[in-house]
Amino acid sequence: MTKPRVVVIGSGLAGMSAAMKLAELECDVAVMSLLPLRRAHSCCAQGGINSVNDLTRQLGDDTWKHFEDTVYGGDFLQHQPPVREMAEWAPRIIDLMDRLGVTFNRTPEGFRDYRRFGGTLYRRTAFAGATTGQQLLYALDEQVRRWQVAGRVTAFENWDFLGPILDLEGRCRGCAAQNLLTMEIRALPADALILATGGCGLLFGRSTNSMACTGSAVSRAFTAGVRYGNGEFIQVHPTAIPGADKLRLISESARGEGGRIWAPRKPQDPRPPAEIPEKERFYFLEERYPTYGNLVPRDIATREIFRVCFQDGLSVQPDRMCVYLDVTNLPRELLDRKLGGVLKIYEKFQGVDPRTTPMKIFPAVHYSMGGLWCDYEVNASGGLNIGSPRNQQTNVPGIFAIGECDYQFHGANRLGANSLVACIFSGLTVAPGVVNYLENLPGGKAGEQSGSLFDRAAEQHRQRYQTMLVRPEGGLNPYRLHAELGQVMTKAATVIRHNGEIEAAYDKICEMQQQAPRCSLADTGNWANQNVVFARAVEDMFPLAKVVLKGALARDECRGAHYKPEFAMPEIHATDPAEARRQARQWCDRFQENNRKWLKSTIAAYAGDGDPELSYEEIDTSLIPPRPRLYGVTGGKWIEEAWKERGAMQNAK
Amino acid sequence: MQNNKCNTTNADCQPQIKTFEVRVLRQDGPGQCSYWQRHRVEHEPDMNCISVLQKIAEQATTADGQRVAPVAWECNCLEEVCGACTMLVNGRVRQACTALVDRLLAEKPDGIELRPMTKFPVLRDLVVDRSRIFAVLEKVRAWVPVDSYLDLGSGPRQSQETQQMAYQYSKCMCCGCCVEACPQYLKIELPCRPDDTPESYDARLREAHLRSYIGPYAISQIELFNSNPTGAMNAGERLDALTGEGGIQVCGNAQNCVRVCPQEIPLTTAIGRGGRDATWHMLRKWFDQ
Repeated sequence: MTKPRVVVIGSGLAGMSAAMKLAELECDVAVMSLLPLRRAHSCCAQGGINSVNDLTRQLGDDTWKHFEDTVYGGDFLQHQPPVREMAEWAPRIIDLMDRLGVTFNRTPEGFRDYRRFGGTLYRRTAFAGATTGQQLLYALDEQVRRWQVAGRVTAFENWDFLGPILDLEGRCRGCAAQNLLTMEIRALPADALILATGGCGLLFGRSTNSMACTGSAVSRAFTAGVRYGNGEFIQVHPTAIPGADKLRLISESARGEGGRIWAPRKPQDPRPPAEIPEKERFYFLEERYPTYGNLVPRDIATREIFRVCFQDGLSVQPDRMCVYLDVTNLPRELLDRKLGGVLKIYEKFQGVDPRTTPMKIFPAVHYSMGGLWCDYEVNASGGLNIGSPRNQQTNVPGIFAIGECDYQFHGANRLGANSLVACIFSGLTVAPGVVNYLENLPGGKAGEQSGSLFDRAAEQHRQRYQTMLVRPEGGLNPYRLHAELGQVMTKAATVIRHNGEIEAAYDKICEMQQQAPRCSLADTGNWANQNVVFARAVEDMFPLAKVVLKGALARDECRGAHYKPEFAMPEIHATDPAEARRQARQWCDRFQENNRKWLKSTIAAYAGDGDPELSYEEIDTSLIPPRPRLYGVTGGKWIEEAWKERGAMQNAK
Repeated sequence: MQNNKCNTTNADCQPQIKTFEVRVLRQDGPGQCSYWQRHRVEHEPDMNCISVLQKIAEQATTADGQRVAPVAWECNCLEEVCGACTMLVNGRVRQACTALVDRLLAEKPDGIELRPMTKFPVLRDLVVDRSRIFAVLEKVRAWVPVDSYLDLGSGPRQSQETQQMAYQYSKCMCCGCCVEACPQYLKIELPCRPDDTPESYDARLREAHLRSYIGPYAISQIELFNSNPTGAMNAGERLDALTGEGGIQVCGNAQNCVRVCPQEIPLTTAIGRGGRDATWHMLRKWFDQ
């Protein structure tokens, strides 16, 4: 009973790698998941996992450049030591996954094959067909199963995390959870709690996320006192296909293998795409971003598609916004071998073969760069002190956050194929820190705590549950409330943001949150009641939705995925070099001024009145000094020149 | 997209479809009687069976106007990679997420029929208990037994051909389609004894699972891990499971499995190889005696 025990919430890549590593370190672990293991959202990751490799090294690549690409792509909004450490570990992580049996694609000589992904010029992305996330997840699931047989890991499958249990000193001593079949609510003592609960796409109604990605677990941790960082940074993926139930992603790997994005130059050209001649096609990413072409970072590609559709009026269809993603130029054999799974999704859901007809795509909410605030400890060389309990630990002692639900690695924008590496990295490295935390646990183990602590917590959650079951009929419909929340959030807080709209959305959300407890349930039974579980998740989405909106409202600048046109930096159109240089210097002044104000993490804390309180945290940029992010900015060369001059002058001082 | 779909199905070209009927075989809990229930759902573009079930949950009212609890079902990814939403759609086992409404209505205009899988105990409505699938993965030791998770360099080099074959097998989502279609795979449903505790019941159930037929997916997993260079070092353990009680000898070669697999895994190829491996394994053991 008094054995140190860790509860991991979530069975995706992060949670499973943490459980596996903890088991190896002889720690007893419970994995709790809404679904049976092996069904987590990680399986949706298609494209691949990034690391420096033997091939890229010979072209001049190194782990520092992977680190630098990640930080530059993320617009310098992440603390640099954890990112640096992640880039160091990435090659080892891929080696490990290879040893665990992941069926990475191979070159003719039998080495792992790599493809190019967005935001880099190197082929760093290892992949297993077009279902890399699924393959990585299965390898971890298999290892965890091995530890289940060995008795080290216990699975709580089909359980809903209801909240952490904190002692009087505010230290985490376990969690409350509900069995989704028997509806039993139980308090589980635990000496450490690792949250690996993924993203919150369902805040936006339909997204590329799976149905389990409600964000409710994170929201419950937030309202219990865990701080939330950079909530306003939501990645909208450029290429998805619409559906009545979700928006399905078409992986960046389609472009990584040579797929091209275009729209007909003639608005709503009625000809089939194959009949539109090359010169009448607008390859807008290639034209505007000659260096990165179709592989510009996601936030940029997304905004360009918006611009082409809304401002230029060049959407392929008049009634539904979309542009072409075209892989018809690529050899069929390559498509089948490297993109089979991606193209099959389009074929299955649209009934059209993308090998012969260009796909019609439009951006969709995809990933949350923000997440639970967590700490790290730096070592002498500017990386992480592995084994420090501070790594990935939140402000609540004993609660750790890893994977998409932490805010640590991606800054203002995540690069493609970096999420898988961040999930596994944070999972593997949190484990030794947790073990050290357990060794020096103040105040005794969870099993030695007073039983009333747990009884009280369980009772509180039981009361909430019972109250929900006996609500009067004829109130709001939780499914409609969720759809409405999604509409409000999508309109105000995705690709292009305006303060007026965000403010109106915030008021609307507050109003909806007050109405939420009036939702009635169509199912008031006590067995496998999905109705009550969904309604509770929807209610718990509101605190997180407010964090996203309030952060977005406050941040009057453009950074990565957060874009407010009123605060956009100007471009330099002057052709006279002297004038262009003058403007560039002004530009740099404004850039520095803006960074002084906004190169900070937004930190939201739950205040008693239900509104998030914002504060700002300085960012550790000790390794790479921030510089303008200039992918394809008009006049970028003048800015770059002025910026270098400024740097040289500072160095001279 | 509408104009595209008209090329592939007829349903879109029939603008008269405003609503359609969905018949669901419901069951309130384990061991209870099942019953059919009719729902009427409004037609929208790009619908699949998941969005139909979402509509039914939202309406919570039958076609006759009776208030009912929403139908319970399992799903997650909605892209046919997680394996959660397996059910019988118009009598055919498949993932509900890729069952597109317009195509189903084109094939069968009088409505859509949803039933739970028949080879697993129903927990509620369309939710069944598939823990047996995972218990069998333990039995066949479906993992690569590495020394540790420390950095020991990369895995062994592999030919493209080996990788392609392994990838086919490793796409298995454990969704249960193959075993649902398999005539040799029989449902296990243990009644609760009066003296059962939850633990003792689980233990009895697990024992029953481990004695029963492992099923086509498990045979393909044995082939997957035995073809992995590290996994091959423990091939014997997996072949013991393959040739033991509930092993490959139960397969009746109906070949239904390969026809229903949503991932198009070459299950009959795996069974063929498994049979050959099993024979050699038995012979070797016999000579070793």
